[in-house]
Amino acid sequence: MAYSEKVIDHYENPRNVGAMDKDDSGVGTGMVGAPACGDVMRLQIKVNAQGIIEDAKFKTYGCGSAIASSSLVTEWVKGKTLDEAMTIKNSHIAEELELPPVKIHCSVLAEDAIKAAVEDYRSKQGAAQVSQGGETLSAQVAH
Amino acid sequence: MSSSQIIELESKKPLLIDPDRPIYLDYQATTPVDPQVLEQMLPYLTHDFGNAASRSHAYGWTAEKAVDKARQQVADAIHADPREIVWTSGATESTNLALKGAAHFYSGKGKHIITLRTEHKATLDTCRQLEREGFEVTYLEVQEDGLVDLKAFEAAIRPDTIIASVLFVNNEIGVIQPMAEIGRILRAHKVLFHVDAAQALGKVPVDVEAIQADMMSLSGHKMYGPKGIGALYVRRKPRVRVEAQVHGGGHERGMRSGTLPTHQIVGMGAAAELAVQLMDSDARRIGKLRDRLLKGIQDRVEETYINGSMEHRVPHNLNISFAFVEGESLIMALKEIAVSSGSACTSASLEPSYVLRALGKSDELAHSSIRFGIGRFTTEAEIDATIELIAGKVGKLRELSPLWEMHLEGIDLNSIQWAAH
Repeated sequence: MAYSEKVIDHYENPRNVGAMDKDDSGVGTGMVGAPACGDVMRLQIKVNAQGIIEDAKFKTYGCGSAIASSSLVTEWVKGKTLDEAMTIKNSHIAEELELPPVKIHCSVLAEDAIKAAVEDYRSKQGAAQVSQGGETLSAQVAH
Repeated sequence: MSSSQIIELESKKPLLIDPDRPIYLDYQATTPVDPQVLEQMLPYLTHDFGNAASRSHAYGWTAEKAVDKARQQVADAIHADPREIVWTSGATESTNLALKGAAHFYSGKGKHIITLRTEHKATLDTCRQLEREGFEVTYLEVQEDGLVDLKAFEAAIRPDTIIASVLFVNNEIGVIQPMAEIGRILRAHKVLFHVDAAQALGKVPVDVEAIQADMMSLSGHKMYGPKGIGALYVRRKPRVRVEAQVHGGGHERGMRSGTLPTHQIVGMGAAAELAVQLMDSDARRIGKLRDRLLKGIQDRVEETYINGSMEHRVPHNLNISFAFVEGESLIMALKEIAVSSGSACTSASLEPSYVLRALGKSDELAHSSIRFGIGRFTTEAEIDATIELIAGKVGKLRELSPLWEMHLEGIDLNSIQWAAH
């Protein structure tokens, strides 16, 4: 399979590989895919008090384009608000990495990983709000 | 041919050594033509270019003589009579001719065929075609080690079974089926026995009498001969009949028409003779390299799984799964080595190797398998470099793998509800 130079670059020099404490309330973790399908992505985001993603880490079991797709999104989500991060679409990822048609599912998985990480962070915040008192809960849920 | 290659040819050195290319460990996919074989082929492309079917002049007689010699060489290699050898374009065509040809000829006797789930696609796809034509095919399961269960095999035989087809040496996992026992069972039940020996000749002793084969497919390019040439052995006593699949001139006693490619045939004959001559010394040397590779990998990398029996296996093959890394990324990481993977991840279906699935391997382990094919020109230095690369790259990919991290934390991956996608 002929990969683009960008895929090979991310594959050979993956950005932001690592793990964060998934029990930290400021960290959102999204794990998507399945080993039997040949790819599992785990994306973690650290969100600051202003609601900005200040750090992101990933680990991926999968083919070269799955690794590249997840490496790329860790770069893209950094500095974004949660809402901005949620606007990243698989088509943007596929376009940036020039993924061949059979590898589009890798970019879909990367988009799913962002959504899962954001949702995990929000549900943790929601749970924290509930424990503090019911009033602010509605504001969180409205997102 | 450049002058430097001619010099190498004359010194009988392999043409492979090239530091700019990946280490070649895919000898079950194909082999280079042995320089000794090439040397014998070349005159038949230029000076001795005649058509073996030309009976009226010396050009034809020279070609015919060369074809006859090669036919004898191939027959000798499998303990057959030269009149039992039919030239084809390769083992795939041989298998098509054997299965379709015999099925069509004997369809009045019965419509049932037996084969194994781990056969080469040439057999499986031909059987699928025969099913479309109204034949019934039993695709037998194999055991965890890749070997057929003889009791299950015998039990699959029905009164209307006409042919059974078995791969002598498996191309993916190198396991050797119990051919003599299978042959005995089939002869007792009067079922024709087709043997796909494409991966066997030159690796294990092949004797059509010892295994009571009725038909046998052979390939040139798997044993250091040229591509585009193969042969089908068709037994004369008791006589086995196959209906021709290619018509036009009645060559090869009517079984396969078409002008004979003299140079290819000469190459296959020479390769077959050399393969038998070098079988023991090749196997000893290659076996040592395989053991060195296996030990090197096992010493340096944890969580590896060997696919297929180690006991009933040719030394030329090693098939290993590396848990917690994905096959295609591993192949990509191993770009300095030319190997095959059990992952068919390049297709949209993400279908892993059907051979490894038939052994009961999980999709993950099937995806992460690597086939190392060691051959006549593999060196110890290449094996050592391969061990280094494997250890380094598997380690790197596991650093990247969330599954490896979970494994180290003691999480059972089977306990997790994965979302299918």
